[in-house]
Amino acid sequence: MATPETETASTSPLSIYDLTVAYHRKPVIWDVEFDIPAGSLVGVVGPNGAGKSTLLKAAMDLIPRASGRVSVFGKTYRQNRHRVGYVPQREGVDWDFPVNALDVVTMGLYGKIGWCSPVRPSHRRAAMEALSRVGIAELAKRQISQLSGGQQQRTFLARALVQDADLYLMDEPFAAVDAATEKAVVEILRDMKDDGKTSVVIHHDLQTVPDYFDYVILLNMRVVAHGPVADVFTPENLNKTYGGRLTLLDEVSNAMRRRDRSL
Amino acid sequence: MIVWPLICRFLLLLKWAGCTIVGCGFALAESGLAAASSGLQAADSGLFNAGQLPVVLKILPLAQSESITDRRISLPSWEQWQRVLLMQDYNTRVVILGTAMLGCAAGVVGCFTLLRKRALMGDALSHATLPGIALAFMTANAMGWQERSLPWLLLGATASGLVGVAAILAIRRLTHLKEDTALGIVLSVFFGCGIAMMGVIQQMQTGHAAGLESFILGKTASMGASDAKLIAAAALIATVVCVLLFKELKLLCFDEGFAGSQGFNVLSLDLVLMATVVLISIVGLQAVGLILMIALLIVPAAAARFWTEKMWEMLLIAAVLGLISGIVGAVASALFPRLPSGAMIVLTCAAFFIISMVFGTGSGVLVRTVRRLRLNRKVVRRHLLRAVFEALESQPNKTTPKGETKPKRTVSFNQILPMRSWSKPQLQRAAELAAREELITQVGEKLRFTRRGRLEAERLTREHRLWELYLITHADIAPSRVDREADRIEHVLEPDVVAELEEMLINTRQLVPESPHLIQANPSSANQNVADAGSGDAGSGDIDREASP
Repeated sequence: MATPETETASTSPLSIYDLTVAYHRKPVIWDVEFDIPAGSLVGVVGPNGAGKSTLLKAAMDLIPRASGRVSVFGKTYRQNRHRVGYVPQREGVDWDFPVNALDVVTMGLYGKIGWCSPVRPSHRRAAMEALSRVGIAELAKRQISQLSGGQQQRTFLARALVQDADLYLMDEPFAAVDAATEKAVVEILRDMKDDGKTSVVIHHDLQTVPDYFDYVILLNMRVVAHGPVADVFTPENLNKTYGGRLTLLDEVSNAMRRRDRSL
Repeated sequence: MIVWPLICRFLLLLKWAGCTIVGCGFALAESGLAAASSGLQAADSGLFNAGQLPVVLKILPLAQSESITDRRISLPSWEQWQRVLLMQDYNTRVVILGTAMLGCAAGVVGCFTLLRKRALMGDALSHATLPGIALAFMTANAMGWQERSLPWLLLGATASGLVGVAAILAIRRLTHLKEDTALGIVLSVFFGCGIAMMGVIQQMQTGHAAGLESFILGKTASMGASDAKLIAAAALIATVVCVLLFKELKLLCFDEGFAGSQGFNVLSLDLVLMATVVLISIVGLQAVGLILMIALLIVPAAAARFWTEKMWEMLLIAAVLGLISGIVGAVASALFPRLPSGAMIVLTCAAFFIISMVFGTGSGVLVRTVRRLRLNRKVVRRHLLRAVFEALESQPNKTTPKGETKPKRTVSFNQILPMRSWSKPQLQRAAELAAREELITQVGEKLRFTRRGRLEAERLTREHRLWELYLITHADIAPSRVDREADRIEHVLEPDVVAELEEMLINTRQLVPESPHLIQANPSSANQNVADAGSGDAGSGDIDREASP
């Protein structure tokens, strides 16, 4: 399936070879191997507990790998860290933290600002721009616990945008957000794609996969299939990923048909 | 009578128990005072060189002439107040400066540990210092060094404190036990170990061990100028580290995963934070004591959180609260040399905490209560307006004597009462509130909208019904999107969905759509019909939702 020896692999935004991650002797994902084409919108789908978040975290060296290699634009993650933007799960942080939305977005620049140096007005301006790009500039001074779920997610997205990275890794940016936010996020993802940026997005709603993404990775502890949505996002592959939950598959084939019509 | 002797015995038992409790209380009080006076004794016995002579002894000549058996706590005289408050003695000045800096730094460091949710780590750490202090004392004694050399004792404290923290991390890493269990085990075992060693020291007949107790409860009285300078220096270092690494530590506390992805080494940052906690706890031992050190780390930070939603403000407020607590503690300790200064500092902190908890402008109890009451009032107002609106809507037009039909403009209490689970007084109160806002006028038991009230009620009822309609027609996705508190439904839903809902509104040919509670879907039809089973005038309004694009 994966072809790590081809020459495209060396410049691929994200290539993963033979990745195995284990918590307490129990492997969570194993033998994961894929690389993704530059400038694509990649959806990662799979059932709960399939190791989707683990995959992203292991790719960024946030959790130790049992084996395997990750290359980001042909180098290690460490060397190319500045080219990667990360949107963690919204539930992962304490939203009762005493900071406002602008502060959170500015955190995306901390790596660039460097140790011990203060945040400067130019950094705040960049953060404001990112906030207006996600459409919540007027909420910049609001304490983050007073933001709605969708607004919190937009704040996280803005924090990644301000990093001005080439590869974005997003952990469920569409989880429990309002429709307007979902639309805004999709638009931003498409803009980024037009700018030649690559996004890898963990996604839950199978129905929207064909609309949102052009490349998909089906994951259930190992990679079931990966490739362009049109080739890979098939009922058979989904059956292998999710097991025989047929109602789900019907929905998907409907969604695929809708997509074909619209193309 | 058989019962009588039993009662007698019971009474005897009670008396005995009472005596025991009271006795225990006395014993405790005595031991506390004994510890305090033995501290004085130690100071008295000339262990310190002239420059380090305890402050109290210099300011309060009275203390020197006191016998050990004299356990009164005497009120300080006016001159003593004056001397301490005006900081006329060099030593007083230095000690107050030391504890003030300590409180300030503990406030700052405490904010980060609180937000990192590691507040109790500091407690385990300070308790774990006791065996180190005892061991340092013993070795110094055995080697014939100056036993009470503070740097040496603090070195021992640091070493065993770090061993304690390492033990917690090891238990958490190597076993399936959780952090709270590990903290509990290490804290109590190390402290018990230390207490046992203190017992051994008491038996060693060196005669100079008594001052060690001041590490447990804190005693600025046994603090010399050079000790205070050491505290001030350590506090300054910790504060400077926290200020320099403000943004890195903030990121660590808020989102460690993102910090890691940005290339910040989470482990090193945690170690730096832990190091500042160690530094502060160790130098604070003498002033606050190891049992109460944690209070200085947690309480000012927790109190500061009630006042603000900005991190640097929280740091500043915590620093100021800690600073004042330190000063008050040192002053109290100078005026009442027998009271442990740790307790004084902690009680000051606690006073600030209680005030902050109640009156804090950010999230204090008072502010929150007012907010909740305001919300309740808003909900009640909304209910009243809708109830009146719906009552008006459902009642038949009245016919004037001239034969014209006119919509009725008033509703009586009896009409609205059954619409909700409110009592008559509650309804009356709601009506009064609405009248005060000029939304409703009340004549006897009749309610009538003002012009503004009518518009407001129309808007509320429309929004309410659109939301309900949305919940029914989009039940699969609605729960995550319904936001009743939003100013307008359009701010939350897409325009086409609102338009679709509006379509139903237009179809019902009235300003406000019928309440959609009684919706019957016709399974034989592909379209979903919203049959209006309500009253009268809008009965023809079948809603065809597929009609919208």
